[in-house]
Amino acid sequence: MPQIICRDLVLGYDKKIVSRNISFEVNRGDYLCIVGDNGSGKSTLMKALLGLLPTMGGSIELSDGLSQSDIGYLPQQTEHQRDFPASVEEVVLSGCIGHKGFLPIYRMSDKIRAHKNLRKLSIDGLQKRPYSELSGGQQQRVLLARALCAADRMILMDEPVSGLDPAATLEMYRITESLNRDDGMTVIMISHDIDAAVRYATHILHLAHEPLFFGTKEDYIKSGAYRGAGEGGINDETDA
Amino acid sequence: MRQTLDLLVEYFSYPFIRYAFIVGVLIALSSSLLGVILVLKRFSFIGDGLSHVAFGAMAVASVAGLTNNMLLVLPVTVIAAILLLRTGQNTRIKGDAAVAMISVGALAIGYLIMNMFSMSANVSGDVCSTLFGETAILTLSKLDVWLCIGMSVIVILFFILFYNKIFAVTFDENFASTTGMGVKGFNLAVAVITAFIIVLAMNLVGSLLISALVIFPALSSMRVFRTFKSVIISSALLSVICASLGIMISVLASTPVGATVVAVNIAAFGVFFAVGALVRRK
Repeated sequence: MPQIICRDLVLGYDKKIVSRNISFEVNRGDYLCIVGDNGSGKSTLMKALLGLLPTMGGSIELSDGLSQSDIGYLPQQTEHQRDFPASVEEVVLSGCIGHKGFLPIYRMSDKIRAHKNLRKLSIDGLQKRPYSELSGGQQQRVLLARALCAADRMILMDEPVSGLDPAATLEMYRITESLNRDDGMTVIMISHDIDAAVRYATHILHLAHEPLFFGTKEDYIKSGAYRGAGEGGINDETDA
Repeated sequence: MRQTLDLLVEYFSYPFIRYAFIVGVLIALSSSLLGVILVLKRFSFIGDGLSHVAFGAMAVASVAGLTNNMLLVLPVTVIAAILLLRTGQNTRIKGDAAVAMISVGALAIGYLIMNMFSMSANVSGDVCSTLFGETAILTLSKLDVWLCIGMSVIVILFFILFYNKIFAVTFDENFASTTGMGVKGFNLAVAVITAFIIVLAMNLVGSLLISALVIFPALSSMRVFRTFKSVIISSALLSVICASLGIMISVLASTPVGATVVAVNIAAFGVFFAVGALVRRK
């Protein structure tokens, strides 16, 4: 059952094209990794999928009853969040901001949902703690809990393990795998780490301004794009 | 001590002192609430930039002989605020540079105009009063007082009604817009309210000292408190206490009101800084 269908997407900023000819499909329950070098258009594509950036051509179609606000988002941490005065509870609850109408307070169901997600990511002991005093891995889990409060059918993760130590990285991959396998969530992850992408994902989209490859992981391993990347550089045959 | 108290009671029997006190406290309250957002969004300098724009507009208004300066100053400042807070997606000049540019530009043009065209005998006195707000706070009309009360009510209502949205957008603007929240409209509201507060606050502390009212309570509170709610509450209380103390001291010691309020805020920052350092060492 396809949830996102992208056809011939053209993306960019300020009339400057960053990437083109992007076509792919995401089905319910997929675990798609978007890999590629810096500047290959990974983040631009993610912003377009989230509706933060208008497309310059082509189309993004949401189906299977999915709407823009059903897509959870785990952004990269920004510098100003590291010393932001906020408790874990305040951050996680802010994921419910889209649920309520004009009422200025969170509803009971929002609070229950927030607690459920805190427990699921085993950070329920931290809820009164200041966000700024947590470790990088814990902060990432708090942001993930917030994303799960916003949406529970699909999640987009932007470099979720960047800056984490090896143990926290492994834990993050384990949590993602469990969300995908046990909760049936569709996962779209931007990643630098091609080895991990090949290990955990079901599908791979390899970008270099244009897609070098899109398909299942098994096909990707046999493809030239994977071997090219493995040799320490991606053959950029396209002139963008 | 008894004498000081009697003196205060005597001073406060004058309506203009009472007006000054009410307006001062309300401005301090509103600007400190807004200050938390501005400081956390890294817009601390916005207050400074806007107040200089307001100064320039004030100069033009008084030279043009307008009976009510607000008619020109308010719209100009609101427009400047909207332009400055549109966080640099399509702007060619970086945010901090844009603020600095507009700020000194407006200051220079304002001073130039006042010097060239002013009918007043005491130009430097006028300029000094606009920059440091020495006399404005003591010559408030009833209308000014009601304007201030109305504005403060709007700011406080904004904070109560949109508290959760304020947190969400301030913490993570991109995430907030993916949840379907109208972030653009929210930012616009913040810009307009900021402009209003700046223009009102010129009465109390003058245009050079406004950023002190905006940033000090928030910065002091962030030294000690670590959650959003506690920072907001602490900023509001601290700002009200500092403004009350500052106005009383300035009445008793005949010091300039604005500078005294800011000095009290600086002292409070010192105290909070020390407390914060102690708490964290434990």
